[in-house]
Amino acid sequence: MIPTSFEYARATSLRDVLNVLAKGDGTKLIAGGHSLLPVMKFRLAQPPRLLDISGIADLRRVEEYRKGARIGATTTYRDLLESELPRERFPILAECTENIGDWQVRNRGTIGGSLAHADPASDMPSLMLALDASFNVRSKRGRRAIKAREFFQGPFATALAEDEILLDIVLPPLPKGAGTAYLSQDQAASGYAQAGAAVVVARSRKTINHAAVALTGVGEVATLVTAADQLIGTKGESEVLARVAAASVDGIEVQGDIHAPADYRRHLTQVIVRRALEKALERAK
Amino acid sequence: MIADFNPETGQLDIYNGNQAPHAHRTVYAHVAGLAEHMIRIRCNDIGGGFGNKVPVYPGYVCAIAGSIVAGVPVKWIEDRTGNLTSTGFARDYIMHAEMCAKDGKITGLRVDTIADHGAFDSTAQPTKFPAGFFHIVCGSYDLQASHVKVKAVYTNKAPGGVAYRCSFRITEAVYLVERMVEALALEMHVDPIDLRMQSFIGTEQFPYETTTGWTYDSGDYHKTMRVAMDIAGYEDLRQEQEDKRARGELMGIGISSFTEAVGAGPSHTFDILGLKMFDSCEIRVHPTGKAIARFGTKSQGQGHETTYAQIVAEELGIPAAHVQVEEGDTDTAPYGLGTYASRSTPTAGAAGALAARTIREKAKKIAAHLLEANEQDVEWKDDAFRVRGSADQFKSFAEVALMANVAWNMPAGVEPGLEASAFFDPSNFVYPFGSHVCTVEVDLDTGEVKILRYIAVDDCGPHINPMIVEGQIHGGIVQGLGEGLQEIAVYDDDGQLITGTMMDYAVPKASQMPRLELDHTVTPSPVNPLGIKGCGEAGTIASAACLVNAVCDALAPLGILHIDKPLTPARVWAAIQAAKANANGGGHPGIQPGASPGDAQTVPGAVGPGKENVQ
Repeated sequence: MIPTSFEYARATSLRDVLNVLAKGDGTKLIAGGHSLLPVMKFRLAQPPRLLDISGIADLRRVEEYRKGARIGATTTYRDLLESELPRERFPILAECTENIGDWQVRNRGTIGGSLAHADPASDMPSLMLALDASFNVRSKRGRRAIKAREFFQGPFATALAEDEILLDIVLPPLPKGAGTAYLSQDQAASGYAQAGAAVVVARSRKTINHAAVALTGVGEVATLVTAADQLIGTKGESEVLARVAAASVDGIEVQGDIHAPADYRRHLTQVIVRRALEKALERAK
Repeated sequence: MIADFNPETGQLDIYNGNQAPHAHRTVYAHVAGLAEHMIRIRCNDIGGGFGNKVPVYPGYVCAIAGSIVAGVPVKWIEDRTGNLTSTGFARDYIMHAEMCAKDGKITGLRVDTIADHGAFDSTAQPTKFPAGFFHIVCGSYDLQASHVKVKAVYTNKAPGGVAYRCSFRITEAVYLVERMVEALALEMHVDPIDLRMQSFIGTEQFPYETTTGWTYDSGDYHKTMRVAMDIAGYEDLRQEQEDKRARGELMGIGISSFTEAVGAGPSHTFDILGLKMFDSCEIRVHPTGKAIARFGTKSQGQGHETTYAQIVAEELGIPAAHVQVEEGDTDTAPYGLGTYASRSTPTAGAAGALAARTIREKAKKIAAHLLEANEQDVEWKDDAFRVRGSADQFKSFAEVALMANVAWNMPAGVEPGLEASAFFDPSNFVYPFGSHVCTVEVDLDTGEVKILRYIAVDDCGPHINPMIVEGQIHGGIVQGLGEGLQEIAVYDDDGQLITGTMMDYAVPKASQMPRLELDHTVTPSPVNPLGIKGCGEAGTIASAACLVNAVCDALAPLGILHIDKPLTPARVWAAIQAAKANANGGGHPGIQPGASPGDAQTVPGAVGPGKENVQ
C-alpha cells in the first residue's frame, strides 16, 4: 500500500520526454496515475523515476481527423465524455467511458494511460480493436503508427519500445449506419471487466457487411474475435448470433480467479457477446 | 496509534482511534504495570469503527512497550492490506439446523454449528460468550423447544473475536433462523409470511422467556410485519412474481423478521475481559445555563454529539445547541465501556437522562426557594419551573443555573453547583426488531442478482433523532447487502489471505444499492428510562438474510433450496448449472454450496446454510 521511493518530475515539452526516454533509465511516464499508482502501491511496479506528462497541452485534445477522430493520449475520460465528436461519431466510446471507474477516476484517468498500461481487463483495449484504431507513437528515433491489433501483446505488454511515447489514437470513421455496443460484467471490488465485449456491425439492406467483435477481461490480452467473420453475408439471425457467441472464446485461454472461475467466465463471455451483438444490430441502421 | 511515555514523569499519553478508551486504559495498566492514573488515552475523531476498533491489537501493545523502553514517542501504523490481513473476522460459521412445525406454527429448532475462532479464543464467540448467538438464535418465534450446539475450532487465521460488523454473532444467528423459516415454508407449501405470523411471539407474551433462557423485553412483531407488507404491497408482489415466472423470469421476494439483543449491560450477564457492562454520563451546568456532558462511550461518526445533546437538552429544558458533548478522553470522561453492539444510547444515553434528572431535581429545589414557594407547589412545565396556578411565577433553567453557580441566594442545606453523574446498569438487554422485505431479479444466463426494492420497517423504540436513526439503518442495510452479495475473505490452501486489498475485497458501493424504503413502529423498552433501543446494527443483521431469502425464492422453481453467501454471479450461475444438471438427471439439487463444494449437506426438511466465510 506504500510504494517504494521514487523521483518525480513534470515534463514541460515533448522534447523533454523523448530525451528522458532515450536515456533508458527506467523512467515511467505518468499522466492520470489511475493505473500506475495502484500497481506501485502494491509494489508490482517499482519505477525509480516518474515523468509526469499531464502538463503537455498538445497531448490532450480531441479533434476530427480524416472523417474519424484523433484523440490525444492524455485526454481524460471526462474530456471524452464532454466532447461532442466522439459522442456523435463513436457512441461506443461514451457508452463505455460512462461506466469507467467513478467520477474521480474519470476526472484524472486518461485514455492513453489505460492503453499503454494494457491491463488485460480494462475496457478501452477492446474498443480500440473493434474500432480498428491505430496509435501514433514517437521516440527520438522517429515516429511510427501501430495498429491496435498489433499493439496489445500480453498482460501489461504492448508494442511500445522502451523509448517510445504514445502520442495519439486515430479512429477511422465507422462504416455507414454502423451500430455499436459495449457490454461488460465488472468484478464487484475492482470494477475491472470479468468479461467485456465491444461490437461494431453494419449492414447494407439488412445483410451484414461489417462485423468486429473484441473481448477484454477474458484471456491474457484483449483480443479480436475471429468468428465475427461468420456474420458477414447473414442477416444476423439468432442462430448465427448464437454460433458466433459460442465460438467467441475458441482459441482463448480463458482466465479464472476467485471472482470468476474459468468455466463461468467462458460462459459469461458467450452470453455477453450474444447480448452485445443483439444490441449493436438493433442500433445499426 | 501514538504511544508517548515520558520517563521523567512516568506519564503515558496515548492517541488512538478506538471504540472503548477506558477499557483499553485498564488493560494497558495491567499489561504495562503502570498506574492507571498515569495513563491518558485520547480518542478524537475515529472515522468509522463498526466493532473493528474495539480490540486491543498487538500493534498497540508493541507501540506502548516500545515507547516505555525507548523513552520516545512510538507510532504504530497499519496499511489497508495489513488491516485486512490481521483484523478480527466474523461469519466463518458452518451451521446445520433442523426446524419443525405443528399445525402451521414453528415449534422447535436444533442447531449444530462449527465456529471458526481463528488463532485465539477471543471473546465474543459463543463458546466463551453465550450472549449473542445463543441469545437470539430462536429469532422472533414462540418455540416450544430448541437445542443449540456450537463447537469452536482454532485455525491459522487472525483472531476471530470482536470484528467488523461483529454484532456478537447475532447476525449469524438471525441469518440461520431466517433462512430456516424460509426453507421450512417452502417445504410446507405455505407463504413464508403466514408461517411467520402464525409463529411470532405475541405482544401479550412480553417479557418473553426464550427456550435458550433469555428474556426479550418488548415487541410487536405482527404490527411491524403488517406495516412492511403494506409498503411492499405484498399480495401484488406475489402476483407480479407469478406473472414473471410464467414468462420465464426469475423474480424473488425475501423476508427477514429479525430480533436482536443490544444495549449491553446488564452487568449481571455481560462483560468483556471481566469488565462488567454499564455506562455513564457526567453533566456540568455552567452559570449561563449551558452545559457540558461527558460520556463513557465513544462515537465513531454516528452522531452521539447530536443524540446525547438532545437527550440532555430535553431533560433540562435548554436548546440542544447549548449542550457540549464530550467523549473519548480518559482523563475527563467518566468510566464507561465504549461504543459497539448498538449499546450507547440505551446505556450512556439513559445515564445522560438520569444525570440530567438529578440536576433538574436540585434545580427545582433552588427554583422553589427563589420563587418563595413550597417545592411541592413547583412544577416543571414548558421548559421552566412554575408555581402551580400562578402563570407569571416561574424561573427558567438558565436563571436557576446562574443562582446555583454564583450562590447568592441558596436554599438552606443545598450545596452550590449544578453537576451530576449517573452510571446506568440496565436490568436487561433491549431487543430491537423489524421486518424487512427485499425483491430481486436473477439473470438466468449470467447469475447476476439485481435488487429491485428494499423495504425496512424497524422498531428501536422512540427515536431521539429520526435522521440519525435513518442513517444508521441505511448504513446497516448496505453492509448486510454487501455481505449477502459479494463480500468474502478468501484464504488459499496455505492459509494466506488472498483478498488482501480493496481490488479483491468487495465493499458495497452506493451505485449498487437500491433506493431504501424505510418506516418504523415504536414499541418502548421497559428496561431504561427513555424506552429506547439501539439501532446501529439492525440493518446489517436483517439484510443479509433478507437478500439471500429473496434470491433463493427466485431460484426455487429450479429446485434450488439454498446457496451460500456471498451470492456472486459466479456462485449463482454454478448453482443454476448444478440444478439444471440434476433436473436432467431427475434428482433434486437442494442445497448449492456455491464455489466451495462439500461443506453443506441436505437434511430432510431443513437446510444448512453451510460454510460462511465473510468478514
